[in-house]
Amino acid sequence: MTTTTAGPAAARKRRRGDVQGSGRLAVTLLSPTFIVLALVVGYPVVAALRESLYQRGQGLDANGFVVQGDKFVGLRNYTDIFTGPNSHAFWNAFGNTTFFTVVTVVIETVLGVAMALIMSRAFRGRGFVRASILVPWAIPTVVSGLLWRWVFQADGIANAIIGRQVLWTTEGFHAKLAVIIADTWKTAPFVGLLVLAGLQVIPRDVYEAARVDGAGAWQTFWRITLPMVKPVLLVAVLFRLLDVLRMFDLPVVLIGLHKDSVETLTMTAYDEATNLRYGPAAAYATVLFVYVAVVAYTFVRLLGADIIGEMRQPRAARPVRPKRKPLTVPREVTT
Amino acid sequence: MTAVAASAPRARGKSRTRQVLPYVGMAVVVIYCLVPFYWMFVSAFRRPEDQFENSVLPAPWSVKNFSAVFKPGVGFGRALLNSLVVAGLTTLITLLVGTFTAYALARLNFRFKNAVLGVIIATSMFPGISLIIPLLKLFSDIKWINTYQAMILPTLSFALPLAVWNLTAFFRQMPFELEQAAMVDGCTRGEAFRKIIIPLSAPGVFTTAIITFIAAWNEFIIALSMVNKKEMQTATVSISKFTGAYGFDQPFGTQMAAGVIVTVPLVIVVLVFQRRIIAGLTAGGVK
Repeated sequence: MTTTTAGPAAARKRRRGDVQGSGRLAVTLLSPTFIVLALVVGYPVVAALRESLYQRGQGLDANGFVVQGDKFVGLRNYTDIFTGPNSHAFWNAFGNTTFFTVVTVVIETVLGVAMALIMSRAFRGRGFVRASILVPWAIPTVVSGLLWRWVFQADGIANAIIGRQVLWTTEGFHAKLAVIIADTWKTAPFVGLLVLAGLQVIPRDVYEAARVDGAGAWQTFWRITLPMVKPVLLVAVLFRLLDVLRMFDLPVVLIGLHKDSVETLTMTAYDEATNLRYGPAAAYATVLFVYVAVVAYTFVRLLGADIIGEMRQPRAARPVRPKRKPLTVPREVTT
Repeated sequence: MTAVAASAPRARGKSRTRQVLPYVGMAVVVIYCLVPFYWMFVSAFRRPEDQFENSVLPAPWSVKNFSAVFKPGVGFGRALLNSLVVAGLTTLITLLVGTFTAYALARLNFRFKNAVLGVIIATSMFPGISLIIPLLKLFSDIKWINTYQAMILPTLSFALPLAVWNLTAFFRQMPFELEQAAMVDGCTRGEAFRKIIIPLSAPGVFTTAIITFIAAWNEFIIALSMVNKKEMQTATVSISKFTGAYGFDQPFGTQMAAGVIVTVPLVIVVLVFQRRIIAGLTAGGVK
């Protein structure tokens, strides 16, 4: 009944209150993405949670017959990971993952900011520098892993330069160092790129005012530059954090699987999965998942990284669609 | 450098170093970024027997490593094709699906908009491995191992959020008057989108396509897990599995040559479109 009369009325209503009409259109436009993400992200996450409570394989039942298939084991996979006979593998991987995350992100942030500051000072050849900064980013991680493996060969160029024989790609602290160097090379420029873009939206007169007030270079950096690029820097750091936490390609190619000194959580989970121990593998993956979520949440909460960005601004002016949106700063980086 | 100094006659002492210093810094940055890449390039052009020489240039240049890459048994040509198919289709699907969502997020007012964008961005942060394990099991059950779709679908999990995020930033940039004018002239929302927004956003879509393609091309763990047949390997997996002539020896020359083949097209694309790529990469992060 109501539907028949709703037609024209709804059309009129739509014209007046834009929000409802847009809402319907929005649902239509958003649904393909959500369907895809539900299939490729939603389903696996739920399935992994379920999987982590099962154990697969052959057991013997009470009569001595072999039983195939999945068996519900509750939280046993998790307790095995944390305290079982193989728990050292987990704690080692956990420690490595945390170590890599902290060390590389700190180094990359410092290097990235330094690069950005250098680039923002230069006037000529900036385009060239910016292009070269994109090169490490564009190289596949696997290829950069091989490249660094080659550099770190026993009789490779790295040893030739330092004049010492270091077996980089074997076990030990050297291997960790090799991974850190290779990862830093690939991603510090990327951090620099983002920070540079952040630097360029800082209005010049702020610096002039600081100079008039007699601020030194160091003071200007701590009091003006750093606070003003903070939002961009936080987003860059968050991305790096999440990326290093799930690191896989680089240590696998550079050092190899089953090396205690570089084994990360992702590598351990992968190893379990390829040995068809899906239950423990899913448990590993779930632990990593929770770890990533906790780090991301803490980071966003504590430091207020604002990924959604200016999404928040239109919200204030929500009830009426703003007739004139204030022109945003041109985003494209100027040469 | 001297020309710069000479053109500013008053620049002396401290201010002179101040002028030169940024260029020294820039040189350091460029060397830092390019030297390892250069080393790969040079190593690829050495003769296999000179492989362990550390001269700055290959003594006699040689393309032997390159011909080794394309030897019939290696299957690298097929791997390149596989990479092209997987990364290409992923990009295509991502753009088809992502454009609508990005448009809605950038141009429409509806409730839970921030939440929706937040959810989409959050999905890209899931560690790949926690998605791969259940999918691996599912794909083995339905006999999808060693198929393109088994690589493409999981790749969407990070490609699609990346593209939506990027495109939203691009769409948001366009003046709102455009559609309003079109709608005053009698277009519907859909027509305004198709006739006005899509053509105007072509550069943004193109940039997003490049970034998505590079991300999908560089993907490793999904392709490694979902494929065990050599003919279905992508280039990144194939390179990592090259085997040398003697047991444990790694065929570095061949790998460096393959690395050059995989990287140089990307580097050229990056150099040609660098300004756009930077705009795309910084789109979400910088307002």
